[in-house]
Amino acid sequence: MSAPDRRPILLTGGRVLDPSQRLDLAAGDVLLADGKIQHAGDRVGRPDDAEVIDCAGLVVSPGFVDVHCHLREPGREDVETIATGARAAAAGGFTAVCAMPNTDPVTDNQAAVGFIIAQAKRAAASRVYPIGAITLGQKGESLAEFGEMVGAGAVAVSDDGKPVVSSQLMRTALEYARAFGIPVADHCEDPTLALGGAMNEGVMSMKLGLKGIPAEAEEIMAIRDILLARRTGGHIHLCHMSTKGSVELIRWGKERGIRVTAEVCPHHLSLTEESVAGYNTNAKMNPPLRTAEDVEALQQAVRDGTIDVVATDHAPHHYDEKEREFADAPNGIVGLETALAVLVTWLVEPGILTYAQLVDKMACAPARIFNLPGGTLARGAVADVTVFDPTRAWTVDAAGFRSKGRNTPYAGQTLRGKTVCTVVDGRVVYREATEAARA
Amino acid sequence: MSGRARLGKDLLALEPLTADQIRLVLDTAEPLKEISERAIKKVPTLRGQTVVNLFFEASTRTRVSFEFAEKRMSADTVSIASAGSSVSKGETLVDTARNLEAMRIDMVVIRHGSSGAAQFLAERIQSNVINAGDGTHEHPTQGLLDLLTLRDRFKTLEGRRVCIVGDVLHSRVARSNIWGLKKLGAQVGVCGPRSLLPNAIDELGVEVFDRVEAAIEWAEALNVLRLQLERMQAGYIPSLREYNRVFGITRERLERAPRDILILHPGPMNRGVEIDSDVADGPHSVILDQVTNGVAVRMAVLYLLAGGAPELAEAAKKGRGGDA
Repeated sequence: MSAPDRRPILLTGGRVLDPSQRLDLAAGDVLLADGKIQHAGDRVGRPDDAEVIDCAGLVVSPGFVDVHCHLREPGREDVETIATGARAAAAGGFTAVCAMPNTDPVTDNQAAVGFIIAQAKRAAASRVYPIGAITLGQKGESLAEFGEMVGAGAVAVSDDGKPVVSSQLMRTALEYARAFGIPVADHCEDPTLALGGAMNEGVMSMKLGLKGIPAEAEEIMAIRDILLARRTGGHIHLCHMSTKGSVELIRWGKERGIRVTAEVCPHHLSLTEESVAGYNTNAKMNPPLRTAEDVEALQQAVRDGTIDVVATDHAPHHYDEKEREFADAPNGIVGLETALAVLVTWLVEPGILTYAQLVDKMACAPARIFNLPGGTLARGAVADVTVFDPTRAWTVDAAGFRSKGRNTPYAGQTLRGKTVCTVVDGRVVYREATEAARA
Repeated sequence: MSGRARLGKDLLALEPLTADQIRLVLDTAEPLKEISERAIKKVPTLRGQTVVNLFFEASTRTRVSFEFAEKRMSADTVSIASAGSSVSKGETLVDTARNLEAMRIDMVVIRHGSSGAAQFLAERIQSNVINAGDGTHEHPTQGLLDLLTLRDRFKTLEGRRVCIVGDVLHSRVARSNIWGLKKLGAQVGVCGPRSLLPNAIDELGVEVFDRVEAAIEWAEALNVLRLQLERMQAGYIPSLREYNRVFGITRERLERAPRDILILHPGPMNRGVEIDSDVADGPHSVILDQVTNGVAVRMAVLYLLAGGAPELAEAAKKGRGGDA
C-alpha cells in the first residue's frame, strides 16, 4: 500500500505523543510522505506541495490498532461489512484492525483470508488484518492450515467466540504457531461452567433470575493456556480478560517469563454487571460485565502493564436481535467508535492512565505484540497516524455511527475525547471537519 | 389500610415494591375473597375492561386463577397460549403484544420462559402488564398469595420464621417470596442442596440451612418448592429418590419439630419427591388455601392496576353480579 503519487501531509502544532520512542512534545510537527513517516518531532518547514493540517490543541499519535474485532463479512453483511467496519475503525482513530474469523463461512483457509484482504483493499479505509481460525470451522477438532493462512496475510490465529476446549489441541496450536511467529489468541471460557449463562454470576444474576457465568469459567482456561504456553514456548494471547482473578494469573505468568499477552475491552474497564439491570441487552456480552472489584483490578492491570493492550471486541448485531428477551439476545456490543472516549473518560480523566499510556495501550503495544506495521512515529514507519482531541466532550449518538451496528451501552452518554483525523498509509481516511462539512 | 400507596402501571416483581404497596394488595384482596364464596360469583368492577392472558409456558393453576379473577370482576378476557398462535410462526414478543394492543386492550397478563420478559413488554406497550411468572426471575402474584395465606394464619408476618425449601436457584416463586417476606418483616430461611441454591444467596440476608432437619427446627412455616425432573437430568442432584430421603418434607421429620409448622407449596406437587402425601394432605397444610387466595390476590391486582382506589375495594364487592 505505498502511494508515491500522494501529496505529503504536515500535521502541525499538535502534541506529538509517541511512547514507542518516548516522544512527547507539547507542540511539534509530523510529516508524512510516500506512505512513510518522514519526521516526527520539532517544528519543520512546510514542503511546497504538502497538505497542512492544523493540530493545535490536539494529540498526534501513532494510529490505533485493534487486535480484536468482528466485521461479520462474509455471512452477516446485514450487520457489518469489511467496508463499514473499516470506516468505523477510521472514525474511531484505528488505522488498523484485526478481524476475527468467526464469520460464515469461517476464515479457516488461505482463500478466505485472501477475500478479507481483497475486501479491505476495496474499502480503502483503515487496514484490516485477518485472523485465521485455529481449528477447521472453529469446531475444535483439527488444526487449520496456519502456514497457508499466514502466507495469505493472516496475522494471528483464534477460535474467538468459542474456546479451544481440548487442551491437547491448544498445546499443538501453540507449538505449531511458533514456526510462523504468530500469537494464538484464545477466548477463555470453560464451556461447561458457562453453559447457558447470560451475565456474570453473582448477586445481580440471582436477583434478575438469569443464569450466571462464574469468573472461574474464564480463569480456569486462562491458567490452562498460560501453563501450555510455558510448556510449549508458544505465544498465548488472552482475549478480553474480565476478572480480577485472570489479572492475577497473567501477572503470575509474566513474572515467570512465560510468553503471555492479554487484552481488555473498554467496556470491562468502565461498566459493571449493574448495567444489566432492567434486562438491558446492550449490556450483554461474553465475557459478561463483572463487578466493580473486577473493573478496578483491570484498570490497575492496564496501568501496571499486566494487561498489554486495549481491544474493542467490536461486535455489531442487528437491532432486531438485541430488541428481545435478554436470554435470547446475542452477546456483544460495538466499540470501534467509542473506545477512545471510554478510555479518556474512565481512565485518563480520573488519573489512572496518562495519555501516553493510553496511546501505548491502543497503538504501540498492539502493533508490537501482533508484529504489525505501525504503532510508532519512527522515521520510515508506515504513515498511520491518529489525531485526537484529548478532552472534547461529545454525546454518543448510535444513529451517527459509521458501523452498521447500533448496539452500544453508551448511547446518549456524554464522553470526553474524540478522533479528529485518521491517516492510513499517508492518506486521510477520516477527518471530522470534512465529515461536518458534508453533513 | 396502607396509606396512599399505589401500584403504578404494572406488576412485574415484588423486589421494587414497598411494604406499603404489598400491604395494599393484601388489604385489597381481603374483602374480595368473599366474592368467590357467593352463589353468583361476579361483580361489575372491571366491566368494559379487556384483559389478554398471554401464556408462553404451560400453566394450569395460574392461568385459570387469572381467568377466574378476571371473569369474576366482569372483565372481557382472552387467553392465548403460544402453541397454535402467531408466536409459533416466529412472531416476536413485541409484535404479538403490539398487535393485541392495536385491538384496544387494557391489560396483559404474561407468563414467559425468559427472565425479564414481562418488564420488556411493559416498557414497550401502554397497557398494564402483570407478570404471571418470567423465567427464573419472579412470580409476584404467587408471592402475594403466599403472603396472604401466611398472614391469614399468623395475623402478622413481623418476626415470623418462614423457610423456603428446595430448588431456590431456578425458582421465581422463591425470589418473589424472599422479597415479599423480608419487606413485611418476616425472617426468611432457605434450605436445599447447595447445588440448587444461588451461590450469592448469603448476600440476600436470609438464613441458609444445609440440612432440612435444621430448617424444620427453626421454621414456623415451610414453603416447599417443586423439584423439576429436569434438574436431575441436568446433573444438579443425583436422583429424585435421594432428594426425597435427604430433603423431602416427610411426616417423620415434621413430627420431630418443636412446633406445628404450616406447609405451603406453589404446585404442581411431586408427591413423594419434595413432599410426602401425608404432609401435603395433612392438618397443617394450607396448600389449597393458597389456591383459593390466589384468585382474590389476582382480583386485587387487576383492580388496583385498573385504577381502583383501595378504599373502594370494600364497596366493590357490594356490586351484584346479576347485572353483568
